[in-house]
Amino acid sequence: MTDTTRPTADATEAQPSLLSRFLRDTEIDTRLLGMAGALVLIWVGFHFYGAIFKGFGAFLTPRNLWNLSVQTSSIGIMATGMVLVIISRNIDLSVGSLLGVCAVMMGMVQVYWLPQLVGLGNPMIWVITGIIGMVMGAFIGAFQGWLIAYREIPSFIVTLGGLLVWRGCAFLMNRGETISPLDENFTLIGGGPYGAIGATGSWIVGLLGCAFILWGLWNGRKQRIAFHFPLRPVWAEMFLAVLGCGLVIGAVLLVNSYEWPIGIVRQYAAAKGLTTDPANLHISYGFAIPVLILVVVAILMNILMTRTRFGRYVFAIGGNPEAAALSGIKTKWMTVKIFALMGFLTGLSAIVASARLNSATNALGELDELFVIAAAVIGGTSLAGGIGTIFGAILGALVMQSLQTGMVLIGVDAAMQKVVVGAVLVLAVWLDILYRRKTK
Amino acid sequence: MAQNTATPLVEMRNISISFGGIKAVDHVSVDLHPGEVVGLLGHNGAGKSTLIKCLSGAYHADQGEIFINGEKVDIRSPIDARSHNIETIYQTLALADNLDAASNLFLGRELVTRSGFVDDARMEAETRKIMHRLNPNFQKFNVPVSALSGGQRQSVAIARAVYFNAKILIMDEPTAALGPQETEMVAELIQELKKEGLGIFLIDHDIHSVMKLCDRASVMKNGQLIGTVDVKKVTDEDILGMIILGKPPAQAA
Repeated sequence: MTDTTRPTADATEAQPSLLSRFLRDTEIDTRLLGMAGALVLIWVGFHFYGAIFKGFGAFLTPRNLWNLSVQTSSIGIMATGMVLVIISRNIDLSVGSLLGVCAVMMGMVQVYWLPQLVGLGNPMIWVITGIIGMVMGAFIGAFQGWLIAYREIPSFIVTLGGLLVWRGCAFLMNRGETISPLDENFTLIGGGPYGAIGATGSWIVGLLGCAFILWGLWNGRKQRIAFHFPLRPVWAEMFLAVLGCGLVIGAVLLVNSYEWPIGIVRQYAAAKGLTTDPANLHISYGFAIPVLILVVVAILMNILMTRTRFGRYVFAIGGNPEAAALSGIKTKWMTVKIFALMGFLTGLSAIVASARLNSATNALGELDELFVIAAAVIGGTSLAGGIGTIFGAILGALVMQSLQTGMVLIGVDAAMQKVVVGAVLVLAVWLDILYRRKTK
Repeated sequence: MAQNTATPLVEMRNISISFGGIKAVDHVSVDLHPGEVVGLLGHNGAGKSTLIKCLSGAYHADQGEIFINGEKVDIRSPIDARSHNIETIYQTLALADNLDAASNLFLGRELVTRSGFVDDARMEAETRKIMHRLNPNFQKFNVPVSALSGGQRQSVAIARAVYFNAKILIMDEPTAALGPQETEMVAELIQELKKEGLGIFLIDHDIHSVMKLCDRASVMKNGQLIGTVDVKKVTDEDILGMIILGKPPAQAA
């Protein structure tokens, strides 16, 4: 049975174990906690495997974790959208191809067309290009959503068709040629030494993050008092505040401890005409721009899912489509909007992915749909619909990326990597089923 | 009955609807007065639920007219129905199992804060209030409704209808999935709502509960209305005859 009463009410009941009391009082989602635990296990496992068998633990280094964060961004951004698609009992197999076609379009816009219109290196190029990519993604997504909702073609088929169609279009648009290099400002969005915000910027972001966490806890408590709902014990609130802020500050310290390689520093010093010896210049990377994009997307998407009517309706459609329709929710129009949002995020992800490679090719994003779906599902999104969280999906993306990176670092060959990733996906879903059965 | 001379709260006149050539409802007329419970009886597939879905906005009738308080209305969607204070408790309850009681109660009509976000705290507080009135034992506010018992789920569905000041309530087999005690609770609630002046359409299979709860009963068979009777003036056998044989009532109601 699920416990609905809170600490104040059940003092007379039998004392539950220390751990379950702790979890109940802090209201930490055990599922999310389990995922975070699995992630830590993967990280520590790869690190010590490397340390023991290869003589060097490369995983838990600022450099690797920074790269991991950048590599997770593209899949993570799309995974937040896939959560909505899967919650509403649909699937989108076309995101990888859609990413490819958006990237090629943006490549052509910023390299072939815009420089002729506004001049090479114009600071508006990346803005216009980005908007075109995201709008294109949203339109294609909306079109697929329309086919699914109003023409009643199953989403599996529509997006399977899309998988082929958009990949083909990406090739046709530029005859399969790679477009590179891209606009200089545009490539900053992909990360890299210049595509990060530096030590000071990272501290500002970190402190804002802490303020946000504290405000959130404070506001939540105020609301509960206003409506006479049971409160978390003060120690639990404190614990959450310390944990949240600790994680944020830890992340800042981590990204700031990763410094520019000497070559880049020399280049930078020369460009700026600095007289200091480059060896004495310690310049931190700080948070990479794509990671910040992912964080902002995650926060906004989480607000969308938990605090708006739109999000409530997505869950309702997934829980019981008929009931949702009878409640006056326009379920078909919702489907179009959900797929348009997925397309928009895919366009955004295409910006990040192509900017990171400083090139746009028709092969960009191949197999991404599978990683995105896997991230969402590992993150606890139920394929039966109705259940899923944004943060879970991002943790899922991080798990997938950690596995891949870790295997590369310890020298597992490519074929074996596929075997492991595939097996982990199935295992994760099985564990999830067991977990849900137990907590029901 | 005296009240029958006044303007009916609801009047459905000559309603017809067909699906793929099959007439699910064939020129049926029923009416409902304030403070009255009208039972709709008939076999499975007789057209009761289909008829009532034309009133709740789930279907749109091919022919016929609906009058609310004597005014002709056009109900094309559940939202239209709600704007006329028509609330429906569906046989399936129409609850989203993955959401909690408050989210279900306010589904499609969420309370929002000034900044436009859903106001979960206020919705939960309101839900606690109404549930306290309907089912004081109800405590499970923070779990998905899939974790509730049949009776608890029923009370969430009823709360949804009652909370929004329904004037016209449609109940589609409200006691089908309930135990005797919970059935009794629903019966008491119907009496209470009746006193408040609501008009209730009650679809039911069980003749005895109809005889007990309803003022009048309309019997349907094969999409057609066999007749409407005053339950106090007829016997169980009369109604059974109407349901099974399609035999028109001896007396007009």
